[in-house]
This record gives sequence, structure tokens and C-alpha cells, in this order.
Amino acid sequence: MSEGLHVDLTQDNPIPLAAQIHCAPGEVLALVGPSGSGKSTLLRSIAGLYKPNAGVIRCGEEVWFDSSRSVNMPTAQRRVGMVFQNFALFPHLSALENIAEAMLDYPHKERIERARSMLARVHLEGLEKRLPRQLSGGQQQRVAVARALAREPKVLLLDEPFSAVDRGTRESLYNELAELREELNMPMLLVTHDLDEATLLADRMSILNVGKTLQTDTPDQLLAAPHSAEVAKLLGMRNVFSGRVIRHEAKHSIVAWGEHELRVRLRGDFEEGTSIYWAMPTSGVLLMPSRSHESETLDNEIPVRIVTMLALGEQFRVTLQTGQDRVTMNVPRHIAQRYALAEDQHINVRLRGETVHLMALEG
Amino acid sequence: MDWSALRLSLELSFWTMLILLPVGIFLGRHLAWTQFRSKSVVEALLTLPLVLPPTVLGFYLLVAMGARSPIGQAYESLFGQQLSFSFAGLLIASLIFNLPFAIQPMQRAFEAIPQEVREAARCCGLSPWRILRRIELPLAWPGILSALVLTFAHTLGEFGVVLMVGGSIPGETRTIAISIYDRVQAFDNQAAATMSAVLLIISLAAISLSYFATSRLGKRHDHV
Repeated sequence: MSEGLHVDLTQDNPIPLAAQIHCAPGEVLALVGPSGSGKSTLLRSIAGLYKPNAGVIRCGEEVWFDSSRSVNMPTAQRRVGMVFQNFALFPHLSALENIAEAMLDYPHKERIERARSMLARVHLEGLEKRLPRQLSGGQQQRVAVARALAREPKVLLLDEPFSAVDRGTRESLYNELAELREELNMPMLLVTHDLDEATLLADRMSILNVGKTLQTDTPDQLLAAPHSAEVAKLLGMRNVFSGRVIRHEAKHSIVAWGEHELRVRLRGDFEEGTSIYWAMPTSGVLLMPSRSHESETLDNEIPVRIVTMLALGEQFRVTLQTGQDRVTMNVPRHIAQRYALAEDQHINVRLRGETVHLMALEG
Repeated sequence: MDWSALRLSLELSFWTMLILLPVGIFLGRHLAWTQFRSKSVVEALLTLPLVLPPTVLGFYLLVAMGARSPIGQAYESLFGQQLSFSFAGLLIASLIFNLPFAIQPMQRAFEAIPQEVREAARCCGLSPWRILRRIELPLAWPGILSALVLTFAHTLGEFGVVLMVGGSIPGETRTIAISIYDRVQAFDNQAAATMSAVLLIISLAAISLSYFATSRLGKRHDHV
């Protein structure tokens, strides 16, 4: 396992860190978490811009940081390519010079030629002489990416690289990055607080909170099976509740939730009587059509009251009250109209037991 | 017109400016980016010459450099001449007196360089020397330039400290500001007026140059 980037850091002060990550060559690993979760600190530690108290950072065979052996390789020697949040282009140098500056290993003439081809690679031919302030946000981001790659880095670090560009530009930059990454054979770390961005661009995601890497998995796995209620909430899952495993039957388990008993996927690993958290995607809540449901499925019929209906584009985000808890579901506009859904209405919904995921109280 | 006084003033201003250039860059840069416990004390000390009456500062410098002081004695045993009432003594006084004028604009200029930009330079693999030369100095240049001009113009017109430390020895410590005073004392208003006008023109030219250059450079470096 010497391939790729290995990071294992711990510290209590001044910024708490308890992070373990591994990123393989050619892989995009997203570090996702709310602001202040330590994801930027983690990135800066890898770049050598921040010195953590304890731990190891290894890239391939090279040890970049090892507190036990007092190894702390300076940033300039680590060969990292970093794209900063506000791009941090050198404001007094042209686009071409910005990139050439990262290639001092080459003689001047070759440097300029290579910088030119890097610019072409990010589709900025003809803008060589422009100063950063004469470029649009998207163009600046491309120069920043080209500059980061110019050094032929051993890892590519992207610190919220899309946060400083407008939404339309962002979409096209996503595509460009997705294309570019196919050609790159180094570990790539993407720091973001945007889950959609991470899902779109990353092979795996690492969920961080207060400096701690809570869970690292593919986006699908994470959403289907978060390890803890904390991870589920950080993933933006709205339907996270506490309950208790009552008993296991042949093909399913029964979970007590308020006054309801839910039939969910069989989870024999939880002892009967265990208190748990359970989570369910919004897609796990369905409107109850007035036909009888097949008893084979794990549908659970629940009476609820509609609390709010929030129009979000083509969908309504509908909040439902049952007992002390509020369940969220998304309903397409035309369906909501057909069923004449309105606030304060009492309806029955189906909770799909197959989508219910159980989590231990101690994540 | 006392040409030797003018030349002396220009020389003093030039050397003060030249010596304070690296000192200001080093100290200004350090103060801009490092946090240390006694930072505010150091900053206050460096600002002190700005608020202290020149005669008070001059008095202490005179005492410190006098023939009986350790500094004065050390200088005399090394160079065989007195430090106070000499050009060298005047230069030292001028350097100390001008510290705030040189350091503060440079410190502000370095503070204005975003941390991310300096970090990006490190990530690009630049050596500290290359970062200074290629990134920091060009970006801080307007501040450095105005610090130099301020120092130059300020030294040119300094009176109190020069009189206390240097006296008025023709060709050695009699600067143009002192010479003007001497002329007025001698009721030679004509000469005083000529010299005042020369000083005014030089100062005005220096300050205009500084503003002009700063605004042009400022525009060039304006970043989003």
C-alpha cells in the first residue's frame, strides 16, 4: 500500500484533527464537511503550509511529514499542485508567466513553450498576455489549474476551486475537470462543502467534522449506509430519527418509532431491544395511493399532517408531522397538484422499509 | 545660496534612504507577517520618533554618541574621530529618526499581499529568495517607493535632530535646513528665501513623483 497519498494526522490544539485518508493515483477523493470542519487545514497540512502536531503524510515512497522522526519536508520540495479558493494567481504576472513561474526546473525557453501548451490544454489560447484581473472568474480558475499542473505534481490539491465562480461557469468547469482528470495519474483531493459537487466529481468521499474523518466511501455507499447519524446529517439527509429494534422476523426487522412499528430490512446484527438511529432518503417516503398495497413489500403506512410545502423548481419539498418527528419527502409538482396537497392536510404516506438504514447510537 | 549645505543634505538624504531600504524591507516584511508576543512593543518603539519632539530625540542621541559614551568612545578608537558633530553621527541620527517613515509604508505594503498568493508561490516550488524577488517586491513596490520618497524628503528638511547632534559645521554637518536658519539669523533673508524655494521644489517634486508612481503602480496591481 505504498501507492498514492497516505495521511494520518492527530492533534487537539489549536485546530482539532483526527484524520486518516488514502487516495490512490488517478483517484479523486472529496473532503466534504461544513465550514470549520478542518478540511482546508488537512489540505494545507498535505501541502506543507500547515504543520500539524502529530502524524504521518506519505506520498508514494516519499515521507513528507512524520512527527515521530521530525520529518517536515518544505512545501517547495513536496511537488504539490494546489488550486486555491480564490485562485491566488500572481496579480502582476500574465497568465503565461503565472504558469511558467511554476516550471523553474526547465530552462527559460522551454518553460515558455510548456506554459503555452498548458494554457492550450485548459482552452485559454490567445489569452497568454492577460493579467489575472483581465480574466473572468472561470478563466482565472483555469489558469490556476494549469499552474497547479505545470509542476507535474505528485498530488493535486483543490481547495473549494469552484466557490469563486458563478453557477453557469461552474457547470462547464465541472465538465472540464472531469475530462482533465481522465488524463491525470496522481492522487487528487477536492475540498468542498457542496455534496452535489463531490458526488459529481469524486470517486470516493471522506466526510469530515471537527477535524475528524468520520467515513470514507463512494458517494452511493455513503448515502445508502452512513455509519452514524452524524454522517447522515452531514450528508444532508433530512430523515434521521431515533428508534429501537423490537424484534427480528424471518425476512425483516421491526423497529419502534414513536407510536409506530416499522418493518425494515433485516438487520440481525442489532440485538433486540437496542436503541438505534435510523435514516431514510426523501425518496423513501411515498404518497399513499388509495389502492391496497402488497403485503410482500416493506411498506409502512403512516398517518401524517402536512406542515409545509416548499416549492423547489419542479418539486415540492413537503414536511410531514407525525408524533414528535418531522419527515421530509419530495413530490413532483404535477403529482402534488393531482393529489391536491395542501398545508395542514391529513394524509397517509408509505415509508419504504427497504430504504431504512439502521445505525448504532455510538457512530 | 549655500551649495555645500545643499549637497550635504542631498548626500544625507541619499544615504539614509539607501540604508533604510533593506532595513525597511526586512523589518516591514517581518512585522507584516509574523505574530510574536512583543510585537506591539516593537511597533510602538519604531513609531516613537514620529511623536517625540526632535530636540528630545536629538538630545538622547547626542548623549548616546557623545565622546564620553561607550558608543562614542568605541567609534573614536576605531575611526580616530568623534562621532557626535560628524557626518557619520548625523547619518546614524537620521536613520533612527526616519525608521517610522521607512518601515510603516513598507509594512502596510507587505500586509496587503494576500497570504494565499505567498502560499501559492511556495506550492509552485519557488525558493524564498525567488518569492521575494519575483512576487513580494513587485507587489509591495508602491509602498516601498513611497517609503523611500518620504524618507528622502523628510531627511532633507529635518532641523531639530540635526542641530542637536550635528551642530552647524560647514561641509560636515551644516545641512540646508540649518543653513536657512543661519541666514535668517544673519538677516540675509534673500539667501534664506532662495534656499527655501530650492527645498520646496525638491520636496514637491519628490512627493509628486511618489504619488504619480504609486497611483500608476496601484492601478497595475489592482487585483480582483
